[in-house]
Amino acid sequence: MGQQALNGVFVGSIYALFAVGYTLVFGVLDILNLAHAAVFTLAAFIALALVDAHLPLWLALPLAVAAAGLIGIVLERLAFRPLRGRADSNISGLISSLAMATVFEAIALQIFGPDISRFPQGTFPDRTIQIGGASASLLQLCIVGTSVVLMAVLTLLLKRTRLGRQIRAVAESPRAARILGVNVDRAIAMAFFLSSALGGAAGVLFGLAFNSISPDVGRSVELKGLAVIILGGMGSVPGALVAGFALGLIEVFTVAHLGSSFRDAVSFAVLFLVLIARPHGLFGRAAAREA
Amino acid sequence: MSLSLAGVSRAFGGVRAVDDATFTVADAEVHGLIGPNGAGKTTLLNLISGLLQPTSGRIELDGRRIDRLPPHRVAALGVARTYQNIRLFAGLSAADNVVVGEHLRRHAPFWRRLLLLPSAQREERAAREAAEALLSRVGLRERAGTPAFSLSYGEQRRVEIARALASQPTLVLLDEPTAGMNPNEAAAVARLVREVAREGRTVLLIEHNVRLVMEVCDRITVLNFGKVIARGAPAQIAQDPAVIAAYLGDGS
Amino acid sequence: MADLFLAYESLFAFVGINGLLALSVYATLCCGQLSLANAGFMAIGAYTGALITLRAPGVPFIAALAASALAPAVVAVPLGLPVLRLRGVFLAIATVGFGEVVRLFFVNWDYTNGALGLVAIPQRTHLWTIALALALALFVLGRLRGSRTGYALEAIREDETAARTMGIHSTGHKLAMLVLGAALAGLAGGLEAHHTFMVAPGGFAFGRVVDMLVQAVVGGTAAFYGPVVGAAFLTVLPEVLREAGARLGLAPGPFRLFLNGAILLAVILYLPNGLVSLPERFRRRARGAA
Repeated sequence: MGQQALNGVFVGSIYALFAVGYTLVFGVLDILNLAHAAVFTLAAFIALALVDAHLPLWLALPLAVAAAGLIGIVLERLAFRPLRGRADSNISGLISSLAMATVFEAIALQIFGPDISRFPQGTFPDRTIQIGGASASLLQLCIVGTSVVLMAVLTLLLKRTRLGRQIRAVAESPRAARILGVNVDRAIAMAFFLSSALGGAAGVLFGLAFNSISPDVGRSVELKGLAVIILGGMGSVPGALVAGFALGLIEVFTVAHLGSSFRDAVSFAVLFLVLIARPHGLFGRAAAREA
Repeated sequence: MSLSLAGVSRAFGGVRAVDDATFTVADAEVHGLIGPNGAGKTTLLNLISGLLQPTSGRIELDGRRIDRLPPHRVAALGVARTYQNIRLFAGLSAADNVVVGEHLRRHAPFWRRLLLLPSAQREERAAREAAEALLSRVGLRERAGTPAFSLSYGEQRRVEIARALASQPTLVLLDEPTAGMNPNEAAAVARLVREVAREGRTVLLIEHNVRLVMEVCDRITVLNFGKVIARGAPAQIAQDPAVIAAYLGDGS
Repeated sequence: MADLFLAYESLFAFVGINGLLALSVYATLCCGQLSLANAGFMAIGAYTGALITLRAPGVPFIAALAASALAPAVVAVPLGLPVLRLRGVFLAIATVGFGEVVRLFFVNWDYTNGALGLVAIPQRTHLWTIALALALALFVLGRLRGSRTGYALEAIREDETAARTMGIHSTGHKLAMLVLGAALAGLAGGLEAHHTFMVAPGGFAFGRVVDMLVQAVVGGTAAFYGPVVGAAFLTVLPEVLREAGARLGLAPGPFRLFLNGAILLAVILYLPNGLVSLPERFRRRARGAA
């Protein structure tokens, strides 16, 4: 039981990290960024390429994360900014992000090929640690630690810094924010930077954790990420955090008791349940139903 | 069609947008609903048309309770409305907007269209002609093909009125139909309202143009802070101290 | 000419099937609902048709096709009732979830060989079957224009609340279109299963419904035939450009993906009403210049 809880926390920390970025953009722009998973994938590949080029992991990881952030800024500039102000910006933003996701996937496929790539042996020291009655690898603990630290940094950033306040103001009302003197364009660009950096970090950690990187690795996480942000409440960062860990735990326990074929199904079951019973999730505030 | 509200309240969180409102609108009457901004007039219209449910009280149409019905059922009972912020179908032409309004009156089973029966074609043509006739009534026949978003503000309001009349309603709810109109347009709308009442339809009219309301309405209900503060004929209302205080004290 | 036709028969078949699929997404888009469930509906239709053909070989093809269309249509009702109340992106997510659940169901169902799927399905689909199905679908959707239902759908798309206060039962209409879309997707699934000999869950993943959506949007949802134009364009273009791609040293898979993405981006940014709005654009440009 303790072992499973540990595994759940481990997998959940990656889900939470991925979902936090996902939900941040939704909170700010009211648009679902379907290219988030593609950034996740690209970051994993970039980290892999850097490590293959003999960079140490502690350098490759932040570089890949920074690169992911930059990709996020490009994404916003190309695919989202031109659509701002359009009446149907929700659907067109969705479609636009889908287009970019497809382009990113094509790039990953072209450069890295469709097969599974792995980090070279010895990228991360192979040690196991005992906690209570359960055992965890050093890698797993570092991943959980890194996720938690990154999410804590984001939360602090949003709550305590000027940029964070500006982003929250824009999320509340872009018009009011602009009147108050906030540079809305810059705030949104920074939100994308943060979101994609975190999504990219999740990708690198995922790649390290499961050591199996391929162009479609983002696909399953993307759909689970949706379940997480729905459960947590669209636009709520603390919600995504809590829901990410929750989903990780639910998943692990489901596999333990019902078998691995139910692993993916359970996240969709959660998704449906939440959408039908309480669409705004645990902490969300957006009106999810029609008037 | 008579309308009655008894003890109707609607709260949002702790705020009572409408507070224990009670009044009646008689059949074929033109009834004004006035009050300072934020008094709850539009909320009342939303309650009547079924977009909101009252937190307490009853709303009845000809004695039949309607406050638990969804909007499309309320409309089917003969209620039509316009909106304070104008809710035309922006991408559709003026005529098409009015044709949508005819929805409840059109009886054209889809299978007839699938079989390409001439009766279906005739029905479609009749619907378009009826729409153009209604546009004529509001003086906009030449603008029939214009997309709604490119009409002027006053024209849009008039198309909305035509659209509301398209279903041959027995109760028409008008939410500030002359807002943004010049005196000529407003006078034309006033004439139309009286005409509509002469046809036997009941009209509930929200308006800020107090002079128009005094001229056009048979009776008036005054709201402030969600409460009914006065009811009666225009002459009475004009003298009512509570009404005067509400308008002067508010400075709206 | 006949040789050209034969050589490209498979291509035309896919244009037709993709056209049906794009129309199935259009069915809900035209009343303002972004439903991404159609890969799931297609899977249900494909498996239904294939199972009938394989387990009950005496049944005529047209009956199997009818079942392919009917099965997902029936499933669409209990799905639609709770889910159509959700707005915009929540509906999209719920329907994506549905599609995935369907796929996972077939992956785990031993009766249909799980992830391997069903094979050796006799090829009963001919080009004319597909053409007929497509023509029928276009006819039905085309007759909506100008009808009481068609006007109601447009009203729901533009402003659902206002539409409801005009007596339009918006949930009923949206459900009807969801069911129609499901039937079309299921029909396309049945046709495809009997054209490509096999049915497997892998063919009904999220990417499939993305393709349908892309084709509908690129073609244009302002006209009922727009999605078919988009399907034709995006099915044929990668074939035509395959030579060019190879010469540039690009693998066909990534190249096709890249084209899809780039075209979709260009369309959504600069030609949001799709390819079918091009003639209108040119006319306006010409008038402006004159």
